[in-house]
Amino acid sequence: MTPLTLTATDARPGPAKPKRTAWVPTLVLVLGSLYCLIPVVWVVIAASKGRSELFSTFTFAPGTGFAANFKELSSYRDGIYWQWMANSLLYAGGGALLSAAVSAGGGYALGRFAFKGREFIFKLMLAGVLVPSIVLTVPQYLLLSKLGLADSYWSMLLPSILSPYGVYLVRIYAAAAVPGELLEAARMDGASEWRIFSRIAVPMMMPGLITVFLFQFVGIWNNFLLPYVMLADDTKFPITLGLYTLLTQGASQPALYTLVIMGCFLAILPLIALFLVIQRFWSLDLLSGSVKA
Amino acid sequence: MTATPLKGSDRTTAGPLADGTATSVRPRRRGRSAPYWFLVPALFLFAAFTVVPIGYAVWLSLHKVQVKGIGLGKGAREQVWNGLGNYTDVLHDSEFGHSVLRAFGYGLIVIPTMLGLALVFALMLDTPQARSAKFARLAIFLPYAVPGIIAALMWGFLYLPTVSPFYYLLREFNLPQPDLFDGGNLYLSFANIAVWGGTGFNMIVIYTALRAIPLEIYEAAKIDGASDLKIALRIKIPIVMPSLVLTFFFSVIATLQVFTEPMALKPLTNGLSGSWSPLMAIYDAAFFRSDIYGASATAVVLALATFALSFTLLRVSDRYTREDRA
Repeated sequence: MTPLTLTATDARPGPAKPKRTAWVPTLVLVLGSLYCLIPVVWVVIAASKGRSELFSTFTFAPGTGFAANFKELSSYRDGIYWQWMANSLLYAGGGALLSAAVSAGGGYALGRFAFKGREFIFKLMLAGVLVPSIVLTVPQYLLLSKLGLADSYWSMLLPSILSPYGVYLVRIYAAAAVPGELLEAARMDGASEWRIFSRIAVPMMMPGLITVFLFQFVGIWNNFLLPYVMLADDTKFPITLGLYTLLTQGASQPALYTLVIMGCFLAILPLIALFLVIQRFWSLDLLSGSVKA
Repeated sequence: MTATPLKGSDRTTAGPLADGTATSVRPRRRGRSAPYWFLVPALFLFAAFTVVPIGYAVWLSLHKVQVKGIGLGKGAREQVWNGLGNYTDVLHDSEFGHSVLRAFGYGLIVIPTMLGLALVFALMLDTPQARSAKFARLAIFLPYAVPGIIAALMWGFLYLPTVSPFYYLLREFNLPQPDLFDGGNLYLSFANIAVWGGTGFNMIVIYTALRAIPLEIYEAAKIDGASDLKIALRIKIPIVMPSLVLTFFFSVIATLQVFTEPMALKPLTNGLSGSWSPLMAIYDAAFFRSDIYGASATAVVLALATFALSFTLLRVSDRYTREDRA
């Protein structure tokens, strides 16, 4: 088996030296970047505006109320905003960690073993991707209510763990990155299957597992429907639902707008930071699940 | 020009079963049950949070509540078999029908715009002489990191005449100021949020497929006198077709489930019905009208429609991608 690299099937040896600037593509890309950055830039600037400034000054002129907005949001209902942030971190971090673990086991089994029912199980799980989220969420809520688990941390965590896409990705990864000979040799030496999995397979699958973790993290952090259906107690809300309820209250009193804007700004910071850090050493190409063997 | 000489170089396209499963290990007799043990957590969760809820939804969809007497006291309401009654109601429910039509209208705007932009950006990124490509790749991908509801909230503010920079410019230049929350404009307002959030991800998928094409192909085409545009149209687009089909497929499924954008803009306007999209209609029925039976039937209908659409699309796309899946 050839050594495995995870920088996708890049057929280009290196960046070709540009001879002259191609103006049309450059212009198109700059316009595209502007379109994508404008709302983010706007929210950063708007977050710095006090209540009166928000409606009176030019929208891209920075204001003077940044610290005041920050303070006001932090003290809003005894700091419930940071409670939402912590909840999001718990749901996304915990759920993604468990998801990576479950995908590791499932993907490894599907990718490195031949057994009865393998294809059936795999295809059944993949079909799960096609089921509209609300078809699952509403009965999940009704069933969890019967168990007394609705409106609890569990009602957010448990349904977010299994990711068919994660199992699929680890299956591909395990089949390509974990050499069968190595597993066979370990078996000859009398290692137990659990030991082989935890000591040999998991470390080799780590880049794939990190991808699953990140995907699931973003997926759970961004999820709106699940908390909207499951949760009623606003101290358990994740940041998405929290900001939404803040806006629905604020619709009648525009005074809350500044808080919502500040909240939006602070809520996108962690994910943007995560992406900027990741993209330095983690190829974006991984997002399409490519593996080069 | 066909993709034949490049067979195998398209492995970057994540298609079902596009992996190397042919290299499975022969299981030894000892540890034959091992794969099942490793699968237990995944299978348990799949059963508990996918199979059982679907079964429960189907069961609910076939029942209804019957009120005995004047409907007071314990046991006055009981679940009774309703056969396909809920389903005939769904098919006669014009509210739900309209929400499906609205979702399709919305999809007709979003999908071609989003995938068209994603393809154009990917092709531009793939032009060696383009400046700022690295920055643009990151900037255009950035919205993927922004939660959908927060993206919708941000755009919601940008649509409000009192705080929006666009309205500011329109006022400065004495141009007409459209109401972005009004009737048909509403579709464009939602579509813009989805396009903003989704273009980057699709761009990366297509760009990854483009990067897999060896440069020699272009050089050969250039020697034959092909222009950049011609290379893009005749070589690049056909080669990334499987990626386009895949992104199209997922976009269609996402369109049917549009929920976040209209939900986020609802507080900002009065003109938005609580059952604007199919998911909203189901939520509305289940929790505001407390009709979980009808809601379940509607959800099952939506799931069946999604499945039917998916299989049709997959069958069509198979024609394009069969040779690449080898």
